Amino acid sequence: MSVRRLAEEQPASFEFTPENLAWANAQIAKYPEGRQASAVIPLLWQAQKQHNYWLPKPAIEKVADMLDMPFIRVLEIATFYTMFNLEPVGRFFIQMCGTTPCMLRGSDEIKAVLARRVGEQKMVSADGNFAWLEVECLGACCNAPMVQINDDYYEDLTAENFEKLLDDLAGGRPVHVGSQMGRRSSEPAGKLTTLTSFYGDDGRSGPASDKTQA
Amino acid sequence: MLDDKDRIFTNLYGYGDWGLKGAMARGAWDNTKGLIEKGKDWIIEEMKASGLRGRGGAGFPTGLKWSFMPKPDPLRPSYLVVNADESEPGTCKDREIMRNDPHLLIEGCMIASFAMGAHACYVYLRGEYILEREHLQAAVDQAYAAGLVGKNNKNGWPFDIYVHHGAGAYICGEETALLESLEGKKGMPRLKPPFPANMGLYGCPTTVNNVESIAVAPTILRRGAAWFSSFGAKNNAGTKLFCVSGHVNTPCNVEEAMSLPFRELIDRHCGGIRGGWDNLLAVIPGGSSVPCVPAHEIIDAAMDFDTLRGLKSGLGTAAVIVLDKSTDIVRAITRISYFYKHESCGQCTPCREGTGWMWRVLTRMCEGRAQKREIDMLLEVSTQIEGHTICALGDAAAWPVQGLIRHFRHEIEKRIDDYSANPHNDTVAPLAAE
Repeated sequence: MSVRRLAEEQPASFEFTPENLAWANAQIAKYPEGRQASAVIPLLWQAQKQHNYWLPKPAIEKVADMLDMPFIRVLEIATFYTMFNLEPVGRFFIQMCGTTPCMLRGSDEIKAVLARRVGEQKMVSADGNFAWLEVECLGACCNAPMVQINDDYYEDLTAENFEKLLDDLAGGRPVHVGSQMGRRSSEPAGKLTTLTSFYGDDGRSGPASDKTQA
Repeated sequence: MLDDKDRIFTNLYGYGDWGLKGAMARGAWDNTKGLIEKGKDWIIEEMKASGLRGRGGAGFPTGLKWSFMPKPDPLRPSYLVVNADESEPGTCKDREIMRNDPHLLIEGCMIASFAMGAHACYVYLRGEYILEREHLQAAVDQAYAAGLVGKNNKNGWPFDIYVHHGAGAYICGEETALLESLEGKKGMPRLKPPFPANMGLYGCPTTVNNVESIAVAPTILRRGAAWFSSFGAKNNAGTKLFCVSGHVNTPCNVEEAMSLPFRELIDRHCGGIRGGWDNLLAVIPGGSSVPCVPAHEIIDAAMDFDTLRGLKSGLGTAAVIVLDKSTDIVRAITRISYFYKHESCGQCTPCREGTGWMWRVLTRMCEGRAQKREIDMLLEVSTQIEGHTICALGDAAAWPVQGLIRHFRHEIEKRIDDYSANPHNDTVAPLAAE
């Protein structure tokens, strides 16, 4: 459990864009009649995405109105679930996994890079680009250590390739999402030990390999 | 070793096409209608005979769970809810199913829903899995477009499937907390009974299953219970996805037969232990909530539910976290303790207060800034948390600490001795010597 409060400075109002409103209505339609409250997490999430990755109070009120829920019930959701950022984050919000499987593979080094380049946790860097937070297991343990930046996972990090990743993001250069050492997903690095009859030793040369993927 | 022909997840690593076309070429959606025509009793009996035990950690027999659902009642529709809130540290198997072979899961949902008389299924993904959610949603859309699911589908059972997501709460992996969250509330576990099979989602009969348990069902039914139960030791049947992380040379997810010896799993698929077998310190064999097992006990142990339980640990989700001798074991367990402190929902006092208390004591023990009698006190408190909470998070927080004390008490004592042997100026305020 952790204490989570709304930001002191709040925008005056919040409205969903027409596309997001249509999307929100489609979400509400997934649930039986009278059970529209089920859509609260997806709606808050979309509001956060629309609002530079943080959730202001007017958005919480808006979602409460749309779902016919008391404000306090929605506020409760926004403070209980830790993926809702209640304060502004940088253009790139870095969630660094520090739980044991990542720790064993060197997340301390990643943390040191962040402390040096970005500064303290939850503080937006001076150029407005980055903010970071140590989070609990993100479920990519076979590719540890890893971070999530906005929506994307960046895996198999080292201090060097992580510095480069941050440089590229700050400089607006294209980056590779996923493994930073060339793995497709969570296969053993180097050579496949299973499924070789479908995909060959390297995954790319077997009869079932998808040749359209890079 | 398992042959490729006996593997269920043939696109585990995403080298093939994850879409409908690729999935069908690999055998998904093959004669689903025929399976459904055999009837729900046949499906449930076959699942029971296969010996499949739930893959979400508890190892409850899946076929038996399905048979608990009451007869369909038009006023209270039944639901299938798939638990894809994969957040147990060490576990990253369901992620690969959802992003690389989502049709296996969708077909499994259809068949399981039919067997339980459910016409609607919700898949609850953890919020962080955004790419996985996009793949799964795209696969669901493909299945609708191809008429495989939906109100009037080719398979003859009206069935809707919806993708839902959470927002970063480990506790929502507990089935009743998941249902609360799906209803739009805070993820706080419910008291049981009533069990979800009677009062689940929206007060209706509900079964909650793990992604892997559901995704293996169609293949089991197509190839037969006898095929599946031919792998693994008695009572531990089947194939299983192992997620090996930590100090091995090549960490990976791999599908293997149950009851494979630990040594073979690591040598064959993970390139061995970093620094060789002599460098192995301990293993956490089933995700962070099971106690660690020291090297000499695990090396030749079979990786299955019963063997690991015999070692006072568990298979859990088969998330194997390997620790070599360079590991600061006390710190590793302290970090796990912090995880539970962070993820406690705050509903039950023993867990809300106890997880933080254990973490603070362990933090001091990492440095040796503690008294030896506190080790027994810590053990005592952990047993006071265990079994005294609504859900199993309290147990899950207590077990790793108990495992640490059981096997590495000497390590903590050494820290305390080392610390007290050296002068410090930040010690606890001295008491008067009266």
